[in-house]
Amino acid sequence: MSLTTMLTTMGAGMLRTIGIFVLTLAGSLPLGMVIMFGRKSKHKILSTVVKAFISIIRGTPLMLQLLVWYFGPYYLFGWSIKGYRFPAIIIGFVVNYACYFAEIYRGGIESMDRGQYEAAEILGYSRSQTFFLIILPQVIKTILPSITNEVITLVKDTSLAFTLAYQEVFSLAKQISASETSFTPFVVAGIFYFVANYVVAYIMDRIEKSMSFYTT
Amino acid sequence: MILEMKNIEKHFEDCEVLHDISLCVDSGEVVSIIGRSGSGKSTLLRCATFLEKIDGGSICYKGETVAHTPEGERPVYIPKKDMGKVKNYFGLVFQNFNLFPHYSVLKNVCDAPVRVQKRDIGEVREEAMRLLDKMGLADKADAYPFQLSGGQKQRVAIARALALNPDILFFDEPTSALDPELTGEVLKIIRQLAKEKMTMVIVTHEMNFARAVSNRVIFMDGGYIVEEGDPEEVFGNPKQERTRQFLAGYGE
Ligand SMILES: Nc1ncnc2c1ncn2[C@@H]1O[C@H](COP(=O)(O)OP(=O)(O)OP(=O)(O)O)[C@@H](O)[C@H]1O
Ligand SMILES: [Mg+2]
Repeated sequence: MSLTTMLTTMGAGMLRTIGIFVLTLAGSLPLGMVIMFGRKSKHKILSTVVKAFISIIRGTPLMLQLLVWYFGPYYLFGWSIKGYRFPAIIIGFVVNYACYFAEIYRGGIESMDRGQYEAAEILGYSRSQTFFLIILPQVIKTILPSITNEVITLVKDTSLAFTLAYQEVFSLAKQISASETSFTPFVVAGIFYFVANYVVAYIMDRIEKSMSFYTT
Repeated sequence: MILEMKNIEKHFEDCEVLHDISLCVDSGEVVSIIGRSGSGKSTLLRCATFLEKIDGGSICYKGETVAHTPEGERPVYIPKKDMGKVKNYFGLVFQNFNLFPHYSVLKNVCDAPVRVQKRDIGEVREEAMRLLDKMGLADKADAYPFQLSGGQKQRVAIARALALNPDILFFDEPTSALDPELTGEVLKIIRQLAKEKMTMVIVTHEMNFARAVSNRVIFMDGGYIVEEGDPEEVFGNPKQERTRQFLAGYGE
């Protein structure tokens, strides 16, 4: 296999890795908000169920969760899982990351000064205005460093998709290295992850800077 | 009559905080509330502004009943959808300002009139600039709260409350979080408002200020109104032993 072929093959894997990354963030950042609302709900049963769910997801390996999401429908309901590989990966990643984000959101919201809610209430803001205009922007600023940590972890976690034999960068590197008895694919994969993280860190830093015009 | 609170009862769990408190405030009146820490002053203001729910009694604003307690039952509040209008009647200035840190000074003042009262942004801005000018903060319109001193923050908070054109303004120890040299600038603003016949209820530990600025002084102790009257009477010749003791602690 020539270097060009190798790079082309791995390039396709990189795109798949980026796909997992982007879809996971696009799904889990909003879903985390929904889960957080469930967790903080005044409805006791709902909040207990959500709390238990979060602790299961955070207490078990993502790798295992991926296997459960993929094979679960077959073993539990006898459904065909043909063509279900990629959706299972995305569901597994989105749900897992959403639970981590939910807890980060919750921490951020609970750290907010009660006076901010009270001031908004006195001024006549509605509950949703208070949340989206007053509370959320401040919460985002305080939790951004924790979000950055998760996002950087996600870049590396995408490699767990190899569990379901998905042809992303890491799986391909392993395969090609074995079949070609070459070390190069690992170097290529390493460079890819490093550069991806660098880009992510840069973007997150820019976002943090864009919110540094005030301090609380 | 702008505010009429009658026979207010309030308790937290099993701790009784307000007993049979009645507070009526007429248009243009300035009422000061004094009393030791824990006597229920903040709770009274929080009940008046609906941050806390009462456990008994009634609250009316401008003749409209907002909460009342039927004989032998729990208090009833008007439905939430009617609360919006009532909230326009009053403003509250907090001890620790509670400005929105992510909004500039101007936006802190303009945002609620525009978003809540749906007023025209151009007109609101003009009025906000007039208010900031009056507060001596015209040059701080574009600053953020973290760039201001405590006294400046409190003046922004007052402008923010005034921008909604309330009929009555409550102050909960507006100078207690300030360094002594900054209290003067805030008290001066409140004095100015009193001169303009702004209706105000002020919880304060600044006795000289209360005496000078108010039409009526209320002394609270242990959740009761112990004494109430003309400031010269209450400060100069208190009728109740407890008032005398309290004032003696201030070296009056
Ligand atoms: N949310 C609450 N839960 C339980 N108890 C409360 C709560 N808020 C106030 N209290 C109690 O109610 C009593 C009156 O408190 P309040 O804050 O009204 O006093 P205050 O006169 O404003 O005192 P200060 O001068 O210190 O501000 C206190 O004993 C306080 O512990
Ligand atoms: Mg108080």
